[in-house]
Amino acid sequence: MNRSEVFKSIVPVITDELVICNIGLPSQELHMLDDQPTNFYMLGTMGLCSSIGLGLAMAQREKVVAIDGDGSILTNFGSLPTIANNVVDNFVLLIIDNGSYGSTGDQPTYTGKKTSLAKVAEACGCDNVIECKAEETADVLKAALGSDKMTIIVCKCESGNIPVPNITIPPVVIRDRFMTEVEKRNR
Amino acid sequence: MSDEISQRVVGDLIEGGIDFVTTVPCKQLAGVIDELDKSDQIHHVPSNKEDEGMGLCAGAFMGGKAPCIIMQNTALGVTINTLATLIQFYQIPLPMLISFRGELGEPVACQVEMAIHTKPLLQQLGIPTFHFHKREDVEELPEILKYTQMCSKPTAILTDATFWRGVL
Repeated sequence: MNRSEVFKSIVPVITDELVICNIGLPSQELHMLDDQPTNFYMLGTMGLCSSIGLGLAMAQREKVVAIDGDGSILTNFGSLPTIANNVVDNFVLLIIDNGSYGSTGDQPTYTGKKTSLAKVAEACGCDNVIECKAEETADVLKAALGSDKMTIIVCKCESGNIPVPNITIPPVVIRDRFMTEVEKRNR
Repeated sequence: MSDEISQRVVGDLIEGGIDFVTTVPCKQLAGVIDELDKSDQIHHVPSNKEDEGMGLCAGAFMGGKAPCIIMQNTALGVTINTLATLIQFYQIPLPMLISFRGELGEPVACQVEMAIHTKPLLQQLGIPTFHFHKREDVEELPEILKYTQMCSKPTAILTDATFWRGVL
C-alpha cells in the first residue's frame, strides 16, 4: 500500500474532520479524492504541517488531524518536543512514513533506514505513539479520534506516487473557507 | 527579570487583542517573556525554531486567535520561506516583535552581521517595518497592532537594546 492508497482508505474517517494536509502530493491527493472546506492544503512551506495543526488544536475545541510525512517531520524535528510538552487532546498527528521524499522523486529519507519516527516521538516525550501498518491506518486513526487523547500515529507504507492534478484554488480561498468551517463548528 | 517596559509591551499586546504568542528567547527579550508567563490572558507557547513558531501562529489564527511572534532579528534568516509561502501567501496578520541585535551598544561582533541584513531583507519581502530606538517609541505599538490586523500582513517591530534598557 502506498501513500495514495492510504489516503483512499482514510477518506471516510477524515471527510468530516478538520484536516491540515502536508505540502505537495499529499495535499494534491486529498484534494483529488475528497475536496472539503474542512481541508487546509499547504501549498508551500515544507515541514510546518504538524506545527499548524498543533496551533489550530490549541486555539479551538474541535478535533484536528494533521497529515504529515516523514520527510516533512525530519525537516521540522523541533515540532515533536513542542507537541509533547503542550498536550491538547483534540490533536491527532498522522505521519505517513513512506521512507521517501515522494513529491520530489522518491529520494530515500533516513526513516526508511535506521531512524524510527515512533521512537523519536517517544523520546521527545509524546504519549500515545502508535506505529502501524498501512492497512491498519484507517482503524487506528478512527480509534485515536474516538479516544480523546492526543495521539501520534506513524503509518509505515510503501513509496510510490500516482499522477495528480495541481491545486488551483487560491490560497486565501482555501484559508477562508477553512476558517468559516472552524468558526461554524465552534459556535 | 521584570521591568516597566516589558510590562507596558505585554499590556499593549493584551489591549490589542493578542491572545497567542510564540517565542524563541533572546537576552534582550528575557523581561518580556517573563511577563508573558505571568499573564493568564495570553497563551504562551515557546517554540524551538522561529519558522515552527510561525506555523503555530498560522494554526492559532485559523482557530480564531490573534497571534504574535517574539524573536531575534537573526531568525529572519530561518523564516524567509515561511513568511513568503505561509504568512504572506495565505494573508495571515502576524506582528513580529523582534529584538534588534547588532545595533549601538552591541557587545557581540557576530550580531552585527545579521543586523546589516535585517532591514534590506524586510524591505525585499515587502514587510511593513517599524523601529523602536527609545522607550517613548512604545507609544506606536497599539496602532501597529491595529494596522497589522487591518492589512492582514506580517509586520516587523524592530526593538533596539536602547529601547529595552532605556539608555545607550
